[in-house]
Amino acid sequence: MAADFNWAVGGEAGDGIDSTGKIFAQALSRAGRHVFTSKDFASRIRGGYTAYKVRTSVDKVQSVVDRLDVLIALTPRTIEENLDELHEGSVIIYDGERTTMQDVEIPGEMTGIDVPLKRLAEEAGGAIMRNVVALGAACEVAEFPIENLDSALEKRFADKGQKLVDNNKEAARAGRSYVGEEYDHEFDYDLETTDEDYVLLNGDEAIGMGAIAAGCRFYAGYPITPATDVMTYLTGRIERYGGHVVQAEDELSAINMALGAARGGARSMTATSGPGIDLMTETFGLIATSETPLVICNVMRSGPSTGMPTKQEQGDLNQMLYGGHGEVPRFVLAPTTIDECFWKTVEAFNLAEKYQLPVYLTADLSMAVTEQTFSPDTFDMDAVEVDRGFVVDEADIDGHMSDSGGFQPHEITDDGVSPRAFPGTADGAHMSTGLEHDEQGRRTEDTEMRVAQVDKRNQKVETAREREDWSPREFGDADADTLVITWGSNEGALAEAVEMLDDEGLDVRVLSVPYVFPRPDLTDDVEAAENVVVVECNEQGQFADLVEHDVLARVDRVNKYNGVRFKADELAAEIKATLAEGAEA
Amino acid sequence: MSSDIRFTDFKSDKQPTWCPGCGDFGTMNGMMKALAETGNDPDNTFVVAGIGCSGKIGTYMHSYALHGVHGRALPVGTGVKMARPDIEVMVAGGDGDGYSIGAGHFVHAVRRNVDMTYVVMDNRIYGLTKGQASPTSREDFETSTTPDGPKQPPVNPHALALASGATFIAQSFSSDALRHQEIIQKAVEHDGFGFVNVYSPCVTFNDVDTYDYFRDSLVDLKETDHDPTDRGDAKDVILDSEKEHQGVIYQNEESVPYHEQHGVDEDMSVIPDGAPEGATDLVREFY
Repeated sequence: MAADFNWAVGGEAGDGIDSTGKIFAQALSRAGRHVFTSKDFASRIRGGYTAYKVRTSVDKVQSVVDRLDVLIALTPRTIEENLDELHEGSVIIYDGERTTMQDVEIPGEMTGIDVPLKRLAEEAGGAIMRNVVALGAACEVAEFPIENLDSALEKRFADKGQKLVDNNKEAARAGRSYVGEEYDHEFDYDLETTDEDYVLLNGDEAIGMGAIAAGCRFYAGYPITPATDVMTYLTGRIERYGGHVVQAEDELSAINMALGAARGGARSMTATSGPGIDLMTETFGLIATSETPLVICNVMRSGPSTGMPTKQEQGDLNQMLYGGHGEVPRFVLAPTTIDECFWKTVEAFNLAEKYQLPVYLTADLSMAVTEQTFSPDTFDMDAVEVDRGFVVDEADIDGHMSDSGGFQPHEITDDGVSPRAFPGTADGAHMSTGLEHDEQGRRTEDTEMRVAQVDKRNQKVETAREREDWSPREFGDADADTLVITWGSNEGALAEAVEMLDDEGLDVRVLSVPYVFPRPDLTDDVEAAENVVVVECNEQGQFADLVEHDVLARVDRVNKYNGVRFKADELAAEIKATLAEGAEA
Repeated sequence: MSSDIRFTDFKSDKQPTWCPGCGDFGTMNGMMKALAETGNDPDNTFVVAGIGCSGKIGTYMHSYALHGVHGRALPVGTGVKMARPDIEVMVAGGDGDGYSIGAGHFVHAVRRNVDMTYVVMDNRIYGLTKGQASPTSREDFETSTTPDGPKQPPVNPHALALASGATFIAQSFSSDALRHQEIIQKAVEHDGFGFVNVYSPCVTFNDVDTYDYFRDSLVDLKETDHDPTDRGDAKDVILDSEKEHQGVIYQNEESVPYHEQHGVDEDMSVIPDGAPEGATDLVREFY
């Protein structure tokens, strides 16, 4: 891989860190460079350390690493927080005229670049642009053509008028010139550009775009970190495609609205995080037993209870698999990369409608708020297929009536899938209910019908197991003795960790599993390997438990639950350590 | 929609298991008649029912229907109507469903003013669980869980609705069949959220709020000089704790329903078999 460059801007929440970082990431993307971003942030409107980090290379980047080359530090704490990642060649850009930064000490051999950010911004038209001055300074340090920054500033401020765009461009140039004139210093960085076109998006946006592509027309949600971006993405966009977003009064309402829209025949969705799933679980059994297709997106964060709302965790696996009273059929999909967030969302809608049940689509905080570059072809809209499953209209409803002439939405069939009739379909009137019901949807406590309906609902899962492809994604060395299994968003870090381990002469085979239920049978893979390690961001190893349950064998576990996602270099070291422990034992 | 629809077309083949004499029979009959009178038929009607004796209504009526989770009937109806503006939506529930477990949704459904009808079968008691206090039970009403009465004031649903910006508030009595049907019909015809609280006596567990009590005490607003378009008049009626009323208490004739406010007018059940036209624009936005 070509050399990567790691950059960050950090300060207090409310300092505009997020938009500053996003502008720089956009500039790199527009320069034809690959970008992978991450955020350290606190759940406060103002106050508290926050940082936006960008890793970039001309090659694909899909993880963060423990290294920082250029840091824009708006507060002393920004430097303290990142001491472990800074190295001798690091450059720290700061404003020595800012009261809190006057006595700041640049550690060790690092280079401090003192730029009067606020003063230069005021000269360019307003102090609010001080972060843009810093971006200009960063361009000079990294030898990055400032025209790319211009392009990102134009995109960012286009709707605010040309004057503002021009002022920002001037501010950036002031920062660049200041460093050029005051610091006669050769830096080690040279950010080359390419002619490639990239798009830059995060997991929440990919899910939202996937929903629209799949024909989702109705979204109801209640704001919650880190799922809110799905709703804000859809708002103002889904309407262009005939859809609508409602901000409900709570998650109980949101999922019931989504359920209502689905009963109306719309492709319908809600998104939330763990605490919201707790509330939505109330309605989950009803969705399943009324055989309503619904996509429920769970963007996981650190729990339990309010936990660490702005931190990473994959702790809700068991909740999604087992939540709700009674025995409830469901699917659980867990896209492993940001581009897969798009495609798995499309798949989730098709699966929900083909098998008429609730589908959990789960991402996690680190993927939801992380931006990554992709070729626009990655999201080829012509490749999107919509399969609505077994829907009957007036012409073919006759074959699905009871002897007494009632439509049978829960008809017993070989594959478990029954006909669906949308409201307005003549002769299709029927009730859907959370009560056990007969084929017409009428309440029953008849023992034979009860068994027939439970079996029918479970048959849908068995049918799906046979008909659909539940394969994991595989990479690394197919013949390696060591098998690493993971699920969800760890794939990127693991892919890079495998390359690092390969450089050290350690061969690893990786299975990255996007399907939690139904899931692939990994028995042969586990039995063929000498060492098996399951990597996940939780303490209990919820996915490792599933693998052990399926395969009836013990696996090693690498777990992380301090609120921070896996980094590639850290993961390589953890896997190595786990293998070494196994060898000692 | 066919013109020869009779209200019995809205009856299912299931016999109600309500107690003989239950007010819910009359409440349901009025709903079916109002739907038929307003030109609806079972195939273009969606009834949402909650949990409780009232919740059984989805079983006894014939239409597209969802019998849902306790207290969440209004959000379901909201979703149906937004996805299908072409479908007539009627939501039914009891006083427990609507004003206790579902009270939060009631306030917001009123605010949203989605064009649907909400019928609350109010018997001031929990019947299905065999007689506990409901949110509309009187302060001194003795039940198995409140031996000395709840000792808290009953919820005033009309006041709650008015305070939440309701555009249609009405009260009917299940036993006054003609007036009840007429009032439900007005709610169906209203452009927005048509809320009707129906006194629907429980003959088994409530010996205070009986047919006789309502017959003797109800004042029909039609026979007074009440002006339902006047919010002040409505407030006076709603806060008058001395009398029971029936009739349309308040109607905002300028009501603009949610779908018009938000431009939600498409049948969302119809979608293409691939990504919608122009979906590639979404990708370009990320450039």
